[in-house]
Amino acid sequence: MPELKIEVIPEGTVIDHIPVGKWLKVVEILGLTKPNGGTLLIASNVPSKKLGRKDIVKVEGRYLSEEEVNKIALIAPMATVNIVKDYKIIEKFNVEIPDEIVGILRCPNPNCVSNHEYVVPKFKVESREPLKLRCHYCERTIEGDEILGNL
Amino acid sequence: MDWKGRDVISIRDFSKEDIEFVLNVAERLEEELKEKGSLDYARGKILATLFFEPSTRTRLSFESAMHRLGGSVIGFSSASSTSVKKGESLADTIKTVEQYSDVIVIRHPMEGAARLAAEVAEIPVINAGDGSNQHPTQTLLDLYTIKHTFGKIDGLTIGLLGDLKYGRTVHSLAEALAFYDVELYLISPELLRMPKHIVDELREKGVKVHETTDLEGTIPELDVLYVTRIQRERFPDEEEYLKVKGSYQVNLSILKNAKESLKIMHPLPRVDEIHPEVDKSERALYFRQVFSGVPVRMALLGLTLGVL
Ligand SMILES: [Zn+2]
Repeated sequence: MPELKIEVIPEGTVIDHIPVGKWLKVVEILGLTKPNGGTLLIASNVPSKKLGRKDIVKVEGRYLSEEEVNKIALIAPMATVNIVKDYKIIEKFNVEIPDEIVGILRCPNPNCVSNHEYVVPKFKVESREPLKLRCHYCERTIEGDEILGNL
Repeated sequence: MDWKGRDVISIRDFSKEDIEFVLNVAERLEEELKEKGSLDYARGKILATLFFEPSTRTRLSFESAMHRLGGSVIGFSSASSTSVKKGESLADTIKTVEQYSDVIVIRHPMEGAARLAAEVAEIPVINAGDGSNQHPTQTLLDLYTIKHTFGKIDGLTIGLLGDLKYGRTVHSLAEALAFYDVELYLISPELLRMPKHIVDELREKGVKVHETTDLEGTIPELDVLYVTRIQRERFPDEEEYLKVKGSYQVNLSILKNAKESLKIMHPLPRVDEIHPEVDKSERALYFRQVFSGVPVRMALLGLTLGVL
């Protein structure tokens, strides 16, 4: 199979190895649903040695904060982040799930106080592989699709 | 560990040393109380009991504990009589009540409410039950009762019987027992088995765990049989429930093959899972459990107030 050509960006960030279909979540996490001037390139369902199929998101003129990287780690734990300058990758790293997830995930327990009072939801990471989180408030653990569905 | 100002929210926050410490303080207080009738460690201190859902037994137990420590009590016992109905946030209620008191005991229908209250309050907060999540003082009084009766917890074989799937009490008791060298028999209908993640956690911590539906065959092994209520509404159909209901009644005849020293526990209230004929036997510990609640809660109140 010939290598799929995806347009390069002069500078910015390439997020690679996103699970298929999750590119939109990545774009949402980065707040790129609003126009910001820079080019956004998305490739979905691309063949991948590592994942079989993958999504790629390229953002021109934009670099990621640590918090954004942490959020991406939750939905795409295999993702790699490439920093591009002058059309060249100058840095490349794997995302990493932090010990605590603060503010980006809603608790799926409808009776959890965090869904009723003015509270920033908080989760402790109990295990990374497979990903398992425990709500700081109701102490319920959540895994898999429950995490994705509440991001 | 500095106990002054500490919150008591979840048994998960406790180490084995914490648990042992509380049990020892409770024992000391029980002795002192027996000698003197009442104590005055908490004189001038005020406990606020905030019961957003009614639980008369638990509230009375805390109130009794505070009075026996020489302190006094204010509070409310259902949401209807408070500004909560007017839409006031829990945080505002807590910030208000802490101006009137030195320690707060909270019972709330939502999971995590006690944790939130503790984050908001400057004064210590004790969880008296948050939805289906935690009720740490129940677990501590259960452990206290076992220790008081047997002189130890290590080395015992303990059966947990009934609704092991939804039962908050048995979940946290099992988690706390994992600190000790115990053997556990989990006896329940198939439908109401202990959640797998708890069983796995117990095994990881080295507890010898047996899962079974057979109460009669298991009884001869046990030092303690901890009975919980099976809730009819959990069952998909009535017939299923009735089958289970009959098979798990603890009565004198099913206890025939038990060890001489077997004790029966129950967090109460019970419905029909323990026949009243068992009450008079030496085996019945469930009213002793109710009594244990007072010294254990005295210990927690006194420690978090910093007066012990
Ligand atoms: Zn929660």
